[in-house]
Amino acid sequence: MIEPKRAQPAMALDDLERQIADWEQNELADFLARQKERKAQFRTIGDFDVKRVYTALDAAETPLEDIGLPGQYPFTRGPYPTMYRGRPWTMRQIAGFGLGADTNKRFKYLLSQGQTGLSTDFDMPTLMGYDSDNPRSLGEVGREGVAVDTLEDMEALYEGIDLEQISVSMTINPTAWILLAMYAALGQRRGRDLNKMSGTIQADILKEYMAQKEWIYPVRPSVRLVRDCITYCTRDMKRFNPINISGYHISEAGASPLQEVAFTLANAVAYIEDVIATGMDVDEFAPRLAFYFVSQADFFEEIAKFRAARRVYAKLMKHRFGARKAESMRLRFHCQTAAATLTKPQFKVNIIRTTLQALAAVLGGAQSLHTNGMDEAFAIPTEEAMKLALRTQQVIADETNVTNVIDPLGGSYFLENLTTRFEKEIFRILDQVDELGGAIKLIEDGWFQAQIAETAYETALRKASGEKPVIGVNKYVEEEMPAIELHPHDESTERRQIENLQRIRRDRDNTRVQALLQRLRDVARDDSKNVMPLTIELVKAQATMGDIVEALRDIWGTYQERPVF
Amino acid sequence: METTEAKNIIRVLIAKVGLDGHDRGVKIVARCLRDAGMDVIYTGLHRTPEEVVHAAVQEDVDVLGVSILSGAHMTIFPKIIELLRQNQADDIILVGGGVIPDDDVAELRKLGVAEILLQDTPPQTVADTIRDLVTQRAPR
Repeated sequence: MIEPKRAQPAMALDDLERQIADWEQNELADFLARQKERKAQFRTIGDFDVKRVYTALDAAETPLEDIGLPGQYPFTRGPYPTMYRGRPWTMRQIAGFGLGADTNKRFKYLLSQGQTGLSTDFDMPTLMGYDSDNPRSLGEVGREGVAVDTLEDMEALYEGIDLEQISVSMTINPTAWILLAMYAALGQRRGRDLNKMSGTIQADILKEYMAQKEWIYPVRPSVRLVRDCITYCTRDMKRFNPINISGYHISEAGASPLQEVAFTLANAVAYIEDVIATGMDVDEFAPRLAFYFVSQADFFEEIAKFRAARRVYAKLMKHRFGARKAESMRLRFHCQTAAATLTKPQFKVNIIRTTLQALAAVLGGAQSLHTNGMDEAFAIPTEEAMKLALRTQQVIADETNVTNVIDPLGGSYFLENLTTRFEKEIFRILDQVDELGGAIKLIEDGWFQAQIAETAYETALRKASGEKPVIGVNKYVEEEMPAIELHPHDESTERRQIENLQRIRRDRDNTRVQALLQRLRDVARDDSKNVMPLTIELVKAQATMGDIVEALRDIWGTYQERPVF
Repeated sequence: METTEAKNIIRVLIAKVGLDGHDRGVKIVARCLRDAGMDVIYTGLHRTPEEVVHAAVQEDVDVLGVSILSGAHMTIFPKIIELLRQNQADDIILVGGGVIPDDDVAELRKLGVAEILLQDTPPQTVADTIRDLVTQRAPR
């Protein structure tokens, strides 16, 4: 092989500028004269316009120190110095249906198939704080998640699972503090060291008012409950993530990738300010703050989004909150592929969508991942669908070698440029939120909600017009719907759960429960106190979730949304 | 506005019943019906069947659209149908939306739900369907 001789010194950026101008006038102009491009303008799903080609000129807009190295400020390239070379992300498929014992079986199946963490979905009554025999729970018990009323349900749910070995994530928000209390009580009952139990509660109430819309109390007392979870875990459950600040639901409700990250970080700012106001040092609690984002369909946009989120968070923590520890500045996130992109027509295509979204999550440096089942546009997933989804992750981890090099797309002219544009736009929105009075006030005003609804409506119009292609829905449509086997709902669920619940209520020491509830109300009235210790006592005394929720509703009332559309 | 014109404007109550908070679809539906010139009232989230039927009767609507994505549709729709009958309001056209399996869609139609609009129904189709249903109904 003959090595080409270097005739002149390396090309400088202004030479490149001339080269591009020349290329546009010659090669490109000739080509376009013969054949136009498919569209006049190309855009990401989130509406960033993208150029034909990116060069070193575009990458040069990003200072090298903003790109940096993995495990180092500003963490653009990843939170850890070895990333998947150390170990792959946690494969964490969510599960939840029926009674505790039903979901426990699914957990054990998933673990036997190589899953490395657990994630729990609760039914609507549990999410909203109603006992299973409340009239509002009718038809919803154990249906789209597992039913939990008492500590006994929690015991059945995690029966035979070593809470010091397996990390458990719980998708729970308005009632998160009660589930956290049950989890702590369960650990204590089993003689576990609470400081060794790792896991996560979602406990991100602000994004509920914005997007997922599960709530009980008005915004401010709800944020106080979140604050209590954070300060309690910081002191007594040191390995537990007391919050998972979530963009996923904001995206599913219709937001763009930019809105998803910007609104999530606006919420993070509100929580951090609230905890700091208790006198706790930022470096004490910030290392255990965790995040949760969607991985959407626009491949490069998503990777840029994850990288920008890490960079913005690092800068926020350092400059706005004065964090000194690296652990306080590195953003760690769980990721889920986008349920809203799944389709009923030609549902097997969902496997391919999910695979590509999962790959974007991995190239974006996720710490844990849930891949959706192909049947989730119909119902909660079957065991078979979940296995295939888990296998998707395993193929990426074991067969593709994408895990060998950290942030392998770092340095891509396009990606670095898009990451920096994301960063600028996120900061612009965060500044706007500050100017208008902060996230809590803007949630009460419906500011975020209106913007999310607007983007959702635009997306619906783009799908309808075909401008946003969806295979099988507005392109390559087939008349016939293929047959599909769905997860069956056991009709005896509601009756069995209610029988258990009513037996527990009958057998417990009711006087003690009532006395504890009265003390809980007193603690709740005093904003300087933490509700966690007493809630743990209550669940141990077999108070139900509904008992605890209603006791505090007496003093805080119920949130009323002003719906906007 | 002239009364004669007002009479021709289709009145729709859009409701979320049950505990699920998925309101992306329902808001799109509300908006596209409004953009199509209909009079749209949206109840907000977490309503009971009683509240929704009461509101539909009070507001004298032509159409009641109910969105459920929690899987509780086979409990909630029969209850709404029963309450509409009890209130002599079964001339109100009941339309459903959400994540509903095909078998249940067939069953709900039999029970008296006039139409089920599933996810990814284009906005124009939603508006056309509602208009057609009102046109086809016998005059009240």
